[in-house]
Amino acid sequence: MNWEVVIGLEIHTQLSTKSKLFSGAAVGFGAEPNTQTTLVDLGMPGALPVFNKEALRMAVMFGHAINAEIGMTSVFARKNYFYPDLPKGYQTSQMDHPIVGKGYLDVTLDDGTTSRVGITRAHLEEDAGKSLHEDFHGMTGIDLNRSSTPLLEIVSEPDIRSAKEAVAYVKMIHSIVTYLGICDGNMAEGSMRCDINLSLRPKGQKEYGTRTEIKNVNSFRFIEKAIYTEIERQSDILEDGGKIVQETRLYDPEKNETRSMRSKEDANDYRYFPCPDLLPIELTEAYVEEIRQTLPELPSQKAARFQSEYKLSEYDAHVLSSSRAMADYFETANKQVKDAKLTANWVMGELSKTLNQEQLEIAQSTVSAEAFGELLIRIKDNTINGKTAKDVFQAMWLGEGSADQIIDAKGLKQVTDTGAIESMIQTILDANQAQVEQYRAADEDKQKKMIGFFVGQVMKASQGKANPGIVNPILAKMLKG
Amino acid sequence: MFDQSISTLAAQLRNKDISSVELTRYFLDRITKLDPQLNSYITLSEDVALKQAAHADTQIQNGNASLLTGIPIAHKDLFCTAGTLTTCGSKMLNNFVPPYESTVTSRLQNAGAVMLGKTNMDEFAMGSSNENSYYGAVKNPWNLDTVPGGSSGGSAAAVAAGLAIAATGTDTGGSIRQPASFCGITGLKPTYGRVSRFGMIAYASSLDQAGPMAKSAEDCAHLMQAMAGFDDKDSTSSETPNDDYLSNLNAPLSGLKIGLPKEYFGEGLDAGVADVIMAAVKEFENLGAEVKEISLPNLNLSIPSYYVIAPSEASSNLSRFDGVRFGHRCEDPKDLLDMYMRSRAEGFGQEVQKRIMVGTYALSEGYYDAYYLKAQKIRRLIKQDFTNALQEVDVIMGPVAPTTAFGLGSKTNDPVAMYLEDIYTLSVNLAGIPAMSIPAGFANKMPVGLQIMGNYFAEAKLLNVAHQYQQNTDWHRQTPDMAKGA
Repeated sequence: MNWEVVIGLEIHTQLSTKSKLFSGAAVGFGAEPNTQTTLVDLGMPGALPVFNKEALRMAVMFGHAINAEIGMTSVFARKNYFYPDLPKGYQTSQMDHPIVGKGYLDVTLDDGTTSRVGITRAHLEEDAGKSLHEDFHGMTGIDLNRSSTPLLEIVSEPDIRSAKEAVAYVKMIHSIVTYLGICDGNMAEGSMRCDINLSLRPKGQKEYGTRTEIKNVNSFRFIEKAIYTEIERQSDILEDGGKIVQETRLYDPEKNETRSMRSKEDANDYRYFPCPDLLPIELTEAYVEEIRQTLPELPSQKAARFQSEYKLSEYDAHVLSSSRAMADYFETANKQVKDAKLTANWVMGELSKTLNQEQLEIAQSTVSAEAFGELLIRIKDNTINGKTAKDVFQAMWLGEGSADQIIDAKGLKQVTDTGAIESMIQTILDANQAQVEQYRAADEDKQKKMIGFFVGQVMKASQGKANPGIVNPILAKMLKG
Repeated sequence: MFDQSISTLAAQLRNKDISSVELTRYFLDRITKLDPQLNSYITLSEDVALKQAAHADTQIQNGNASLLTGIPIAHKDLFCTAGTLTTCGSKMLNNFVPPYESTVTSRLQNAGAVMLGKTNMDEFAMGSSNENSYYGAVKNPWNLDTVPGGSSGGSAAAVAAGLAIAATGTDTGGSIRQPASFCGITGLKPTYGRVSRFGMIAYASSLDQAGPMAKSAEDCAHLMQAMAGFDDKDSTSSETPNDDYLSNLNAPLSGLKIGLPKEYFGEGLDAGVADVIMAAVKEFENLGAEVKEISLPNLNLSIPSYYVIAPSEASSNLSRFDGVRFGHRCEDPKDLLDMYMRSRAEGFGQEVQKRIMVGTYALSEGYYDAYYLKAQKIRRLIKQDFTNALQEVDVIMGPVAPTTAFGLGSKTNDPVAMYLEDIYTLSVNLAGIPAMSIPAGFANKMPVGLQIMGNYFAEAKLLNVAHQYQQNTDWHRQTPDMAKGA
């Protein structure tokens, strides 16, 4: 049968506040266990939560970025369940009155098509701690550093129809939250985690099929693979006339499979009720508007501007604006180069290639945007050619100095002295009399093919330093005799 | 000396008639001699007390003393006190020494008060008789066969017996006022949000409020000066500025409008208690007050509403006592579930377990609307009743409890009768308004408290009304015989 996949995503975004959602403890990754905690995060008797207003500001920013209704009165609720790394026995979250209401995002796929994904809500909640099962001799260790870290849970409508679309949506959310500066976007450290709700239905059917929820998928690649795997699993069951069990599943990237975690019957009754330790958050129109004014340029706006201001193609503009760091890098470099196409090609080409090889983010580039711009200027003013520039860039990457220092040190400056080039060509022509004769006897079409040999000889003789723009016309003239 | 007022003792301390260390030793001696009859203290913090007293003496010497400097008081054992065992009346916390100090105890300590110890209470503040303590029942100093009331029964008994000048208490459904009434002392439950809840082990967060318990309204006012006020560590604490609780104490009462809710004088009210209350009202008329009957029509709904909201919040608040990080953990748990179940079954007493189960049930899917949401609606109605009434009158008066202190064990098997004890106090917590209990006479040879309720943040008014009454009567100066025995 022809199945249609229906996907809704819940994305947990860790907000990059300095302190926790309900305590003054610092937020950070990788600290010694239980060193970033206060009485509140430890759930000590008598400890009370105090709401971090910075998290509120960030949530409202996000609401604006997805064209959402802002909850003018939002309420924290307790989600009650027992778990050793949940110190209070409840998670403080939001239920009936989230801070961000209905919104949407227009998602552009790689093939250029755009689809609108509805966002049901986004709410603030605290993270739990971590249970550590290794190194405790069969016991379990508890690390509460992450306890009460602020999360914004972004819940989409079941509007997504493919793995590609899901990934494009998550990438867009990633791009927005990093643009807004409300999340560091570091998925490897768990700053963004995704729950995938997925069901299949026969194409054309209106009712949704039974869904499963895949918990805590934490990379774009795993999201895509988990979805493909789960689609296959579900369609196999349905094709065999079986029924999908509503349950929570876990994606195992090593085996590339999803596994059952718990069924609906085992699901907790969370006994949500408004948290009596926290007052409802009441917002004023003025506050909401003030935050709207602080919104930075968002990815889609930036892409549009790159097309109109720099005359970049839609594709280039989209790629460059997908991360704020890359867009900033491009613009900073281009401020000096003043050749957007050249800068764009090099950012998306050599720089991105090297970053990918080294598995680094652009923020970790060893070559700054300014230094990168200086290199590109040397291409633009013909000091070096593109091929040499790649070598210079690699040297810069290894910290050998600025573009000019490396060009000087290695003597890579292009030869632009016409006299020197003429004598170099003469030497080559003299040494290759036979080829010169053949060239002169050939017709124009053949000559165009044959000239490459001489250009190559010149480049070889000049160790790549001869400027092709100058070599070519002189060579053509001298070959004519 | 044990029955002196704070201002008298403060003057004696300043005049060097006595030192705080001497005063503190005097009370520690009294406790050692008399408390075995009462069981009003769970922990006696002798070392802390003497250290604080010595510090107080230095402060007095240096002229840096406040009125509370060097005054020995006691704290209900649900205020976390750094370095001193804090049990909340429960086996669950019988090994719990907090590394932090509650705002209430910290403010009183900063004002110079000396902590004698931690007083007994119903476990997790759940109870009206102080019989639900893991550390044993407390006896009423007026009659050792009766209860002192609860849940702040230890604080009430200690103050009544002269085992502390004053004490802190907390009131979720009457836990300051009812024991104050039963033990013949003065207690104030402030407006919700007036006193910080930080470091106070929660029973029902939206109802819990700490307040002073002392011999007189004036002494309560002294404690309030230190205890009350905004605390940025408690999000529900009010930013409304504090009143000066002392400056208004002597304002005359002529023209004061008193409302008597007819629902407070109906069926179930002991005739002797009713007589005492009406005599007290008469006294206020003599002082120039006008009395009128009013109605609080939803009073009868306060018990069901309270017994849904309070257990619901408690069921969640008490989830942190899971044996993982602090408190009681069962021996040799075989797995996680076993650890949870046995630690909690062993650590919590019966009443606590009952309320956790009631609350868990009320919040469960499918029952939430019928119980919790309905109870919240009733709560709004009750609040409205008070708001309406307090537009017509300045204060509302009535009994604190339908009876005087009842016999130990007499109601333990009748939970409904026990819950009915709170009929006149619960609605005040549901509304969040302040209320006091002041000694107004005796019935059945036991003290009877008059309840005075006022508008939000009208603590200074209540203290003024109570103080004027106490200037003209001596019910608050009565001392039980057992207190004179040492």
